Amino acid sequence: MKRLGPGLIMALVAGFAFLYLPILALIAYSFNASRLVTVWGGFSTHWYGALMANEPLLDAAWLSIRLAFVSATAATVLGTLAALALARHGAFRGRTLFSGMVLAPLVMPEVITGLSLLLLFVSAQVERGFWTVTIAHATFSLGFACIVVQSRLAGFDRSLEEAARDLGATPVITFWTVTLPLIWPAVAAAWMLAFTLSLDDLVIASFTTGPGATTLPMRLYSAVRLGVSPEINAACTIMIGAVALVVIAASLLLKRDQLAGA
Amino acid sequence: MNPRDAGAGAPLRGKRKASPGSVRRAFQPWNDPAAEPLVVFRNVTKRFDTVTAVDNLSLALYPREFFALLGASGCGKTTLMRMLAGFEQPDAGEILLDGVDITAVPPHRRPINMMFQSYALFPHLSVGDNIAYGLRREGLPRERIARRVAEMLALVKLDGLEKRRPDQLSGGQRQRVALARSLAKRPKLLLLDEPMAALDRKLRESTQFELMDLQSELGLTFMVVTHDQDEAMTMADRMAVMNHGRLVQIGPPDEIYEAPTSRYVAEFVGDINILEGRVASVAGEIVRVETAMAGAVELDEEAASLAIGEAIFVGLRPEKITLSHDEPAQVVNKVAGEIWDIGYLGDFTMVQVMVGGDDGQLLKVALANRTRRIERPFAWEDRVWLSWDVEAGLVLPP
Repeated sequence: MKRLGPGLIMALVAGFAFLYLPILALIAYSFNASRLVTVWGGFSTHWYGALMANEPLLDAAWLSIRLAFVSATAATVLGTLAALALARHGAFRGRTLFSGMVLAPLVMPEVITGLSLLLLFVSAQVERGFWTVTIAHATFSLGFACIVVQSRLAGFDRSLEEAARDLGATPVITFWTVTLPLIWPAVAAAWMLAFTLSLDDLVIASFTTGPGATTLPMRLYSAVRLGVSPEINAACTIMIGAVALVVIAASLLLKRDQLAGA
Repeated sequence: MNPRDAGAGAPLRGKRKASPGSVRRAFQPWNDPAAEPLVVFRNVTKRFDTVTAVDNLSLALYPREFFALLGASGCGKTTLMRMLAGFEQPDAGEILLDGVDITAVPPHRRPINMMFQSYALFPHLSVGDNIAYGLRREGLPRERIARRVAEMLALVKLDGLEKRRPDQLSGGQRQRVALARSLAKRPKLLLLDEPMAALDRKLRESTQFELMDLQSELGLTFMVVTHDQDEAMTMADRMAVMNHGRLVQIGPPDEIYEAPTSRYVAEFVGDINILEGRVASVAGEIVRVETAMAGAVELDEEAASLAIGEAIFVGLRPEKITLSHDEPAQVVNKVAGEIWDIGYLGDFTMVQVMVGGDDGQLLKVALANRTRRIERPFAWEDRVWLSWDVEAGLVLPP
């Protein structure tokens, strides 16, 4: 393996420091005994205890988790179906349009996605709340799920499915007994990606939510406007931990899948 | 002679009970007008965009037949097989199985199974579960499935490997699992797509004979698609040569080899020398052809359709030519030349002889190496004579 020169190592350290030092500082200060955010007063888990007593924050976290769960599941099912259509049915009429429309939310500015969904919900006179945010999240994470599953299907040996059909399996049975068991790591990774996308999202949720449905990022954001408290640091630390766990699990799944597929 | 009766295969077929020779020789349902075909292709056409893969093709396969479909890649043979399995729909014509039109029947409801070229073993299932897959779809009781799987494993000699995953098997073992899986449902017809393509030569030979044994033991009908003529000729009762989506010739392997009806088949199956010439005379069953390179050639052929002066090709198989230093006594069917190349292949030697001068034509002569000898009777640049019997030559239409 090629060794990096000292200049490159410096650049690398500076880059990573810029990315991760603020996060590390946030984590460190979440264990600060002092009430003042910028003054170190010794180690304490006091703020984690206070967090557990903060009802509105806990409610928001529980809501966010439920919301992420439902929207990730919907996005994964729809994204997998879209990926199957794109990978299986060759050059059907409107394929380019379909693939473009599925994948457009990936590059669409969130403000525009959020605003347009808000307009849709208002004009359809849908009461905004949990389900409108769920639909919005499922819509924009569908494209991500589709891409993850599609990349796995690209290397899929079609003769496996033909063999299943040949041995008497209907198309549906073939999907459950052959296709899905072989692509499930990608499907699981897609679900996890959609889950974290939903958990992290502030912009689209702000546009599409209604009274009584405040997500965790929204609660944190509004709390920060009144001043950063160590309690918020503690909440963010837990969130970083959760997201990191899911993302690492997803990438491990995909890696294992690639090794198995090779 | 049917190659199946050839002595070379005898030791490998020890377990066959009755002497198969007589049975095999009599097995010619395609010549029996009362025989009911198992599969019928009736004027089947299949196009992919502008390419016609299968062109108005008709074909009948008979029960218990071992049928081989031989052709170069892209000739349509795989498409024909895939239409039979149900993976492709014909654009025109119909496919009958036991007299019933199955053209519109989806693959999972056809009593036909296929062994894929890639084997298509399910990587997430064990060997046992792979073999049981088709049986589970039938909803058979658990004990019957277990019994059938054990039976199949014994049949392909893989006992004890039931729990293994496909990636823990060798290529030959994987091929056996694929075979067991496709036979587990006792299909009326088994399709084999290039079944030996991934095996090395030694394994290929023994597997060919095992496959033939299996087929006669189970009394099944096999259709194998291959581009390997040795494979087709070894295994098949009857074979068809396919080109550009059409069947060029169909018949037992010996007939295809010894009596090809076209230049394409003659050149595709085995080695052959082609001489260009014109019909000089037809007397009884002896046709005399004036060739540019080898002078007058006399052939023993049914020649009713030949006209004097007609341009034809004469085909000569390399093993039917005799090589000598001295001029043979016969008046015709001989030509002088110079040895340009000698290819020693162990069991026989292929000699290339230039006839008709340095700008003439290279003819191949196969010499069987029947005795051990290091000193070779022929050497490069030797002046030699080629001669052959009146029965050796083939008349091939242009």
